Formats: sequence, structure tokens, C-alpha cells
Amino acid sequence: MGVSNNTDSNLAPLPQGADQDAILRQVTGEFQDKGFVIASVDKLVNWARTGSLWPMTFGLACCAIEMMHAYVSRYDLDRFGVVPRPSPRQSDVIIVAGTLTNKMAPAFRKVYDQMAEPRYVISMGSCANGGGYYHYSYSVVRGCDRVVPVDVYVPGCPPTAEALVYGVMQLQKKIKRTGTLFR
Amino acid sequence: MDQALKELGKYVQDTLGDAVTSTTMRLGELSIEINRDDVLKIIKFLRDDVNCQFLTLLDVCGVDYPEDDERFEIVYHMLSMTHNNRIRIKLRTDEDTPVASVTSLFSSANWWEREIWDLFGVAFIDHPDLRRILTDYGFEGHPLRKDFPLTGYVEVRYDDAQKRIVYEPVKLTQEFRSFDFLSPWEGVQRMLPGDEKAEDATKEVAK
Repeated sequence: MGVSNNTDSNLAPLPQGADQDAILRQVTGEFQDKGFVIASVDKLVNWARTGSLWPMTFGLACCAIEMMHAYVSRYDLDRFGVVPRPSPRQSDVIIVAGTLTNKMAPAFRKVYDQMAEPRYVISMGSCANGGGYYHYSYSVVRGCDRVVPVDVYVPGCPPTAEALVYGVMQLQKKIKRTGTLFR
Repeated sequence: MDQALKELGKYVQDTLGDAVTSTTMRLGELSIEINRDDVLKIIKFLRDDVNCQFLTLLDVCGVDYPEDDERFEIVYHMLSMTHNNRIRIKLRTDEDTPVASVTSLFSSANWWEREIWDLFGVAFIDHPDLRRILTDYGFEGHPLRKDFPLTGYVEVRYDDAQKRIVYEPVKLTQEFRSFDFLSPWEGVQRMLPGDEKAEDATKEVAK
């Protein structure tokens, strides 16, 4: 048995108390008895993934300012293990923060292609979601989902730092819920 | 301030003669309109003359008047730190007539002239590197021309089969619609609500 007791509907960590103590006692007992514990690896891996979502720094416009606000002390995305990376090779998620122009699109796709699997995309703000204010412009991509597959759309113009943090939490939830090793 | 600028305008007009077609003072700013072919001579004069000393070229930009024969206006803004003066120089051209580049006098004009070439399609003679500067690689057309369609001609998409970004003719699910009925540019109201009070007030002062 072991920690795989958790059913799919109950992914949140147990609060301290009798229930948690019971499970811990069970696991410890099993470990002392058999010398090993069985857990489901996919859940463990996905739990680990949600805890260190490293985003590719990809600020394109004013949304980038709100993204910076989400990283620094007030909301501090570091708490979620979200640490901005300057290289696509080290990133798990790319936050498209701003207007994606036609000229930028090939470069953006190249950066996305360089990211290692599993990779996720958060589209931040109206422009990245669907062109937004520049929807009818001759030089703007009408939504970054025309170029890459998007996991989470964060609405707003620009979205507040809070909204982006919420978007990151939604992505974590999605990763936990999907619960697959390979994507 | 106004007086100094007026005198400067007169001085420029008198010295340069036919090269300057007109000088205008409007809203406390001096504009001179010049012949296209004399642009180098005039900019050089404004930079080097001891009474002008316009050592800073602040901007070079373009305007499109599609109803005119010479539809493009190229506008130069200059600043004289020595005399605390600003001047605006305007000239007209059309799609086919190039304008002399002022990069030999002001290196800052380089990118502005490239920008005008990119967005309006006005060419500059003797420009060291007249390429597009803002629009996409391989872009066709000059987007700030009034006859350029807002949405352009192509849009991009990632093609999963070809594994690259592809360009396709624009296909809009919904046409562009303007709902701005109160815009001062598009609306019909010449006078905004409350403006009549301002007029009354100036009359009162005059009495």
C-alpha cells in the first residue's frame, strides 16, 4: 500500500492531525517491516514537476512588467519553485508576456522548440491570447496559439501579477490532474 | 521667444532666397517649407550658420497626404542649444522621387530615413544602408501609406507538417468595425460640451 493511498480526488497534502499521523505511522511501519515503500512514480514525478516550474524569460511588451512584479518580493513566485531562466534548455514553461509580432514569431517558435519535454506554455495578456488591441494589425500574430500549443491563458491587459500567479497555480493543478509521465 | 523665432524665419528666408518657399509661425513654432532639391544646402546652413546653430537633428519623419500630387511630406525637426530655438523644415515629394539623405551632416538621420523608407516608401539618395528597419523580413508594402490596408496582406501560422512558420493570405473571421462614435477625429461635433463657456469667459475678459 504505502502513500499511494491518496485517491485522485484528494491531491492536496493532508493537514496535520490524526489522519496525517495515521498515514505516517502506516508508512513508517511498512518501511521498518519490509525495508521499502511503494508509491506511484507518476504522481511523485508530477508533484516534483509542479514544485519546480522554471519559466523561460520571454517578456515581449508591457505584460513583462507585471511578470517581473510576480517574480519579486510582493508575490514572489520563487515560493512556488518558479525561477526565471535565461535559457530555453533549462526551462519547463514559457510565459508569453506581450504582443507576439510576425517578425518575432519564428524566433519564438525556435525558443519553444529548444525547450526540453515536458514543456508548457502560459499565454499572458490579451495580445498573446488573441491579438488583443492589435488583432487587426498587419504585423501582429492573432494569438500565440497560432504558433505554439498553449496550456493556460491568463486574461487581462495587462493581467495583474496576482492573475499571473493564479495562472501558474492553474498550470500546476493541470499538471497534477493530467498525471502522466510523458506528454 | 516668438519675436526671436520670427526674426530667425525672416533671416533664413532672406539668406536662402528661393530655396525656402515659405515660412510660417504657428502656435509659437517656426516652420519653413523648402524645395526638395535644396535640402542638403539648407540643413547644412541651419547647422553651421552662426545665427542658427541648429546642431541637433531631433527627428526626421513623414506624412502622407494621399489627395495631393506630391503626396509625401518629409519633416525635419532641429534644435539649437546655443540659441534655445527649435525649427521645423518641411518638403514634399512623391512615390518615385527620392530625397537627398542628410546622413552626411547628421549620422542620427540614418535610422530615421530607413524608417521613412520602410513605412512610406520614400527613397533617400546617398544613404549608406537603405534597408527596412521595423517591418518583418521580406515584408511587402509600406504600412503608413494611407492606401495600405489596416490588416495587411499576410498573416503567420506554425505549420505542423512543414515544422516552420508559414505566411498565408489574411483570413479574418470578423471584419474590423469601428464603434468610436465620439472620437474627435471621426465624430461630427466641432464643439465639445462645455466649450461655449470658455468663449463667454474670453469675451468677459475683453470687456
